[in-house]
Amino acid sequence: MKTYRADLHLHTVLSPCADIAMIPPVIIDEAVSSGIHILAVTDHNHTANIQSVQRAARGYDLTILAGMELQTAEDIHLLCIFDTMDQASALQEIVDHLLPAILNKPDYFGEQFIVDETGDFIRSEDRLLLNSTALTLQSAMEHIHALNGLAIPAHVDRQAYGLLPALGFFPADLHYDAIEIFKHSDPSSITSLPSYPAGVSVLKNSDAHFPKDIHGACCYCIEHPTIEEIRKAFKGEDGRYIKHVQRN
Amino acid sequence: MKLNEITQKLNLHQFTNQEIGSDDEASLAYCSDMLSCVMTGAGHHSIWVTLQAHQNIVAVAALLELTAIIITENALPDEATIHKANQEGIKLMGTSEKNFEVCGKLWEIGLRSS
Repeated sequence: MKTYRADLHLHTVLSPCADIAMIPPVIIDEAVSSGIHILAVTDHNHTANIQSVQRAARGYDLTILAGMELQTAEDIHLLCIFDTMDQASALQEIVDHLLPAILNKPDYFGEQFIVDETGDFIRSEDRLLLNSTALTLQSAMEHIHALNGLAIPAHVDRQAYGLLPALGFFPADLHYDAIEIFKHSDPSSITSLPSYPAGVSVLKNSDAHFPKDIHGACCYCIEHPTIEEIRKAFKGEDGRYIKHVQRN
Repeated sequence: MKLNEITQKLNLHQFTNQEIGSDDEASLAYCSDMLSCVMTGAGHHSIWVTLQAHQNIVAVAALLELTAIIITENALPDEATIHKANQEGIKLMGTSEKNFEVCGKLWEIGLRSS
């Protein structure tokens, strides 16, 4: 078994709210120097910069998982994480049909740049990505699981786009792979809630919008850096587990 | 005010299949789409105005013993939500109008903030 430090929630320059410095080589540098071995790229409702980050990571002992931070119809942010770009692209196709065709106003929301592995500009995404899709939380989770991905409600205790403020409590009939809490929160503030789904792992990620914020707050003791192994760690199966670690 | 009268005056339709009796009434209303706000802000036996139509609205309404939920902007609760609402005795009403318009009308006919 190996220990992989991981950050499963991170934005690139494709997310309107992310800093202009969040280009692939900078992200990789920062991740490597933070001792991170698994990174999931999770831009808002889009997957277009994942492959550039994967290319930039070539030659490093760093696995880039293909992800998205999907915004559901209830205004909830949901991390969707896959092994391959094909799976992420399949989700993208669904999201593309269900994201309102409202144009981004870069002056208000920020630029949405698609870049290559060096960070050079390819094109701008025109549609506003920081917007709710027509997918309900439940149907989004079903789509993700049908694609063999992980469905993790993001920063559930944050007022903006968190599950708990939006829904009031954890619905019991959803299949959570894990629950992400705000990086400054105490896990016990979630596990002590009456609606907390018993046994579901609580984890932290950086949700980095700036390079300096990239941080592997959790270590995964697993055999390989794959979704299947991470899922086992969430469940504590076959000797796999996760542990919270302090900032370096 | 009787829920029957409110239903008639605001031209609401009911998603659930419950009889609206003479003891179904409300004098207070609350409007928010954030369920955590509703849980702390809406008083018992109020009417709740929201454009949310997912299952958790029923649980929140049952918890607070609300009289009815008015779902706005043609949002549609799914079968499971309607079924749960019938089980819990929560009346789900619908309208094409927006939160603002519904609240304005409720105020006009005499309801006040809970």
